[in-house]
Amino acid sequence: MKNLSTAAVALALGSVVALPAAAQTLTAGFASEPSSVDPLYHNLGPNNATRKHMFEALVGEDENLGIVPMLAESWTTSDDGLTWTFKLREGVKFHDGGDFTSRDFLYTACRIPNVPNSPSSMAGFIKSAQTITAPDAMTIEVTTAAPYPLLLTDFASFGVVSASANGHDGPVEYLAEGCPGIDGYLDSNAYNDGTAAIGTGPYKFVEYVPGERIAMERFDGYWGDAPHWQSIVIRPITNDGARVAALLAGDVDVIEKPPVQDLERLRADENINVVQGASSRVIYLHFDHAGDPTPGVEGTDGKNPMQDVRVRRAISLAIDRGLIVDRIMGGLAVPARQLVPDFMRGTDPEIALETPDLDEAKRLLAEAGYPDGFKLVLGTPNDRYINDAKIAQAVAQMLTRAGIETEVDAMTASVFFSRRNNYEFSLYLAGWGASGAGMASPLRALVASQNKDKGLGGTNRGRYSNPDLDAVIEEALATVEPEAHDALLRKASRIVVDDVGILPLHFEVTPWALRAGLTMDARADQHTVLTSVRPGE
Amino acid sequence: MLAYLIRRIGQALLVMGVMATIVFFGLYTVGNPVDLLINPEDDLAAQEAAMARLGLDKPIHVQFGYFLAGLVQGDLGTSFVHNRPAIDLILSRLPATLELAFLAMALAVLIGVPLGMYAGLRPNAPASKAIMAASVVGFSTPNFWQGLMLIMLFAVFWGVLPAGGRGDTVDVLGIPLSFLTLDGLSHLILPALNLAIYKMSLVIRLARAGTAEVALQDYVKYARARGLSPVRVVGVHVLKNILIPVVTVLGLETGNVIAFAVVTETVFAWPGIGKLLIDSIGLLDRPVVVAYLMLTVFLFVMINLVVDIAYSVLDPRVRIRGGGK
Repeated sequence: MKNLSTAAVALALGSVVALPAAAQTLTAGFASEPSSVDPLYHNLGPNNATRKHMFEALVGEDENLGIVPMLAESWTTSDDGLTWTFKLREGVKFHDGGDFTSRDFLYTACRIPNVPNSPSSMAGFIKSAQTITAPDAMTIEVTTAAPYPLLLTDFASFGVVSASANGHDGPVEYLAEGCPGIDGYLDSNAYNDGTAAIGTGPYKFVEYVPGERIAMERFDGYWGDAPHWQSIVIRPITNDGARVAALLAGDVDVIEKPPVQDLERLRADENINVVQGASSRVIYLHFDHAGDPTPGVEGTDGKNPMQDVRVRRAISLAIDRGLIVDRIMGGLAVPARQLVPDFMRGTDPEIALETPDLDEAKRLLAEAGYPDGFKLVLGTPNDRYINDAKIAQAVAQMLTRAGIETEVDAMTASVFFSRRNNYEFSLYLAGWGASGAGMASPLRALVASQNKDKGLGGTNRGRYSNPDLDAVIEEALATVEPEAHDALLRKASRIVVDDVGILPLHFEVTPWALRAGLTMDARADQHTVLTSVRPGE
Repeated sequence: MLAYLIRRIGQALLVMGVMATIVFFGLYTVGNPVDLLINPEDDLAAQEAAMARLGLDKPIHVQFGYFLAGLVQGDLGTSFVHNRPAIDLILSRLPATLELAFLAMALAVLIGVPLGMYAGLRPNAPASKAIMAASVVGFSTPNFWQGLMLIMLFAVFWGVLPAGGRGDTVDVLGIPLSFLTLDGLSHLILPALNLAIYKMSLVIRLARAGTAEVALQDYVKYARARGLSPVRVVGVHVLKNILIPVVTVLGLETGNVIAFAVVTETVFAWPGIGKLLIDSIGLLDRPVVVAYLMLTVFLFVMINLVVDIAYSVLDPRVRIRGGGK
């Protein structure tokens, strides 16, 4: 199907892209549809990207996920690192004309764990807060049980809703076990039909037709710079070829995730402008560190070769990341050795990229007791990340050249993630989009030992466990002072790289395609935020 | 007749039950929806909480028990993703698909039957050869390719029709319909044509074969000899006798068009139930998939029933009886 859609797009080149009838409306083609307009219902990419137009967080994240003031103008931390005080911005209005005050933030915190039937809750973003109080209408005070450096990133991750629009007019008191005086909470349908979809963002809700469009209009009472477009429409067009065709036909002005194989042609089209930017998403291989024997490995007398650091190092040396970036990703990637790109917190600039060395890889394999290599199955999704299955094929060929006869087992994402979470792969390919927390985000999720009580290792499906690393990560997660926190992250990153606990391949570069004459800011979190779309090259 | 209807509906219920059971257990073995629904940043405790919230932490037979209990009360479950009853979700998307399906079937019949009959009556005319060649292309090229070609021609090259989406709708009795507005109609044409091409090709071939056969029969010659006008001979006597195979195929195809317009709906970003199904399968949204397939089975059985009744209207020799054959 992909090849044919490419052919179709090729045919379309040279055609004239019609200008949309109403120049004041911007229409965007999204690759996936948000499951709701409710900002607190489902913590997932498309929902969070859509949320940013209508609802704002206490603090914001810029294009590179650095923290910037948003609904809070400034904030301070107490000397013991346990109390955070936020000064709210004056004069912020909700779309219904109401004033934004501390009460709304408290109500939002109350609603987060209580959104009915939420498939993926935002509760993780407030669980570090022991108390959230409002000394006055323009101040929020948050205390944590232990020093917690990632509070700002957490508070940047959810949009603030209006207490009044949710039917609560009195004062609000936040208690972690449940807020007194609030009997029930509106469900996501009240947001989808617009009644409760009242935020402070630059755009206000007009209409949500599932499967078809989300329409928004400029909010004239917005506190910040007025966005360029009078109204915006988000249309879900999940099929790659159809999305490109819609752009070429002038039905939409901007699309996200144009297929990689069409990019060269889109760039050559004078009616199309392609914008791209580095993302925080790392594509990595994870080893099965715990399985004994490990599934899919043959020729090792039942031993799990992945437990031997020499084998892991050999695999890293056998993979030519530059070649994958050039040939498979068409330049739309940056080779990686650490888990977040170097513009984010916590990367160690002294860690050099791996130089592929096939002879050394073979030598290490022989030293580890596998002079003739072994057989391996590499699991990968084939519809989740840019060119995921092709990357896995390339990796398999490179490993086979080094003596590890590797077979690729590619499958659709829904099957892959369930099998991965059942530990059915001894080596798997997946991706991780780091939050604004930088290195701390993949460290605590991907390589910290699985620990339910401490909330660590949630996606560590390789079951990597390194007590030295755990100690450093835990120390970093309890150090609020930014310099010291980042130093600990660098130290942890060094441990992971030296031990090859996980194997980063590259960071995705995210492309967007717009009609000529428009440009936008590429965000590292890959979110399509239409407020940044503006005329310009 | 009544006994016959009751038996057919009984069969439908049985098939629906079997289908629901197979799909329910089948999707369970595919994977765990929480792995897809949850944000990867969530820790293990949050993942377990999400499982519990959706009732997925219980053993499969207990979940099936809840499902059956709900079914008895007419509740097919609530979508994991959209937080709406599955049946509501499907019904809210159904008008878009029905509108598309009926327009496509109408195009297929209104264009296909006359063209096919013409080709059957004048097999050697150049126009007939062109019609037959076009029909070969029509059903031998893949549906999505036809769709993309239509988009390329009408939307990208000529810019006369939109490339996708549904356009403006008008509410009639609370149901949003797009064929009543100019903008809606312009959005409807391409996907309907895309769906219609295959059926149209099929109808052309069936009509041509039927006409070629019927036109040589004695009663047609006799009707001509009696001096009936050619319009009446073709329009009544030939037409009526070629319709049985056409109706059979159209019956089956109508079901297909409604239930599995997935490709067209995806290519044209048409917000119908086919797109809902494919998205729900991708997210393992079990209540929606199960409800959808139960509805589909019901639809197919009902369409076949209508087809059987249509036979008896078209051909007096076919009788519908309540007892055995």
